[in-house]
Amino acid sequence: MTATGVQTRPVITGIGIVAPNGMSTDDYWSAVLRGDSGIRRITRFDPSSYPAAIAGEIPEYDPAGLLPNRLLPQTDRMTRLALIAAQEALRDADADPAEMPPFACGVVTSASAGGFEFGQKELQALWSQGGKFVSAYQSFAWFYPVNTGQISIRHGMRGPGSAIVAEGAGGLDAIAKARRHLRAGTSLMVTGGVDGSLSPWSWLCILRSGRISTSSDPHSAFVPFDRRARGAVVGEGGALFVMEDPDRAAERGAAHRYGEVLGYGTTFDPRPGTGRPPGLRRAVELALAEARTEPSDIDVVFADAAGSPELDLVEAETIASVFGPRGVPVTATKTLTGRLLAGGAPLDVATALLSMRDGVIPATVHVDSPAYEDLLDLVRDVPREQRVSTALVLARGEGGYNSALVVRKAT
Amino acid sequence: MDTFDTTTLVQLLRECAGEEEEVDLDGDILDTAFEDLGYDSLALFNTVSRIERDYGVELPDEVVAVAQTPRQLMDLVNTGIAERV
Repeated sequence: MTATGVQTRPVITGIGIVAPNGMSTDDYWSAVLRGDSGIRRITRFDPSSYPAAIAGEIPEYDPAGLLPNRLLPQTDRMTRLALIAAQEALRDADADPAEMPPFACGVVTSASAGGFEFGQKELQALWSQGGKFVSAYQSFAWFYPVNTGQISIRHGMRGPGSAIVAEGAGGLDAIAKARRHLRAGTSLMVTGGVDGSLSPWSWLCILRSGRISTSSDPHSAFVPFDRRARGAVVGEGGALFVMEDPDRAAERGAAHRYGEVLGYGTTFDPRPGTGRPPGLRRAVELALAEARTEPSDIDVVFADAAGSPELDLVEAETIASVFGPRGVPVTATKTLTGRLLAGGAPLDVATALLSMRDGVIPATVHVDSPAYEDLLDLVRDVPREQRVSTALVLARGEGGYNSALVVRKAT
Repeated sequence: MDTFDTTTLVQLLRECAGEEEEVDLDGDILDTAFEDLGYDSLALFNTVSRIERDYGVELPDEVVAVAQTPRQLMDLVNTGIAERV
């Protein structure tokens, strides 16, 4: 991909975060450094009749104070959260797409299944009361690319717009696709992903994956790379970025640059039963090759951290084979939030950028009996203060998706 | 519920479609175009189907295109109520 010539390396100039443990970049980051978890018993519906009852639930907030009133009747919870994050990212970048040429800005977000909670409410109205009781906004509020659409309409971003669905890996794929649009001439992209509606309908779908921890203890339910690993806790939230062509960012006098996207790789696992190895290692190698970065240049790995023994083993072996046993610090801050579906990987990228900004690797929590101490140098319980210039973010999605992204501190 | 007045219309618009920040729905809006009040066809469609439910009237599909202002919509709704069997 970069065999000849130097491809422009887009810069990330704005971050917006909505997470179970913080509803802004600052709140989230300080919660992460303190080790404050957002995993708790679900309150949005009564989970007592389901096998799993805890999640990374974003606490109740008043959307009326954060979003235009006109958008409230037509948005699912996850879209409201995405709009809040997009707004924060654009403000952070001090960018107003409405004042830029009409097709200069675009949006690519990751998604999983759309506005479940909104959709469930309208389907219930249809069954119990009839078609006249269904909101006209059901026409798009449930739709999986709805976050991209609403962000682009609200901020007047008429350039490229799309959504990527690859479960937990999709957030990195969205950033990579946004990068392609920047290289093709678009000035500014909003990208990343915010996901997750906790409603009975979505909960049923999530539980069907068989990868969810049924523990009811928020401190031990999600313990990736631990001997007690028994599945994942999911959650809601994610991160959105303003990503720009470096020259365009300089022209408009962008306030700051968190980092640049240096390399990306994505692979798909072989069909089960073929005996061929999983694709995660190849994704890492592709990302490092494109970044022209040696494993020894990577300062920290933000792990996918699936939380189930087989998947954890694959990841631990992959990291150890590329970097050498205990060859690089590894962290899984998602132990504080749960896996945020399509929003999880973007949140990890945001965390990596903040880690570079402040020179500190945030810690993995709750992993009291690490299972792969011979393979992984897992940063546990206490943040590790050290210079971080280059980070590797790993993300996997159910169904065989593997993606890897290398980000470097802006110089 | 035999007549449909401005107060009710404003209340239903707020509930079904929300309210534009720069617009004062409590002001004199009877002859202001819905577009200038911040409402698109989907917003009106959602509001009209609520009116149909609440008042037991059937309004033609074109009502959303025909009614350009609150006064025009109220006239159409009140005609529908009068013709209700």
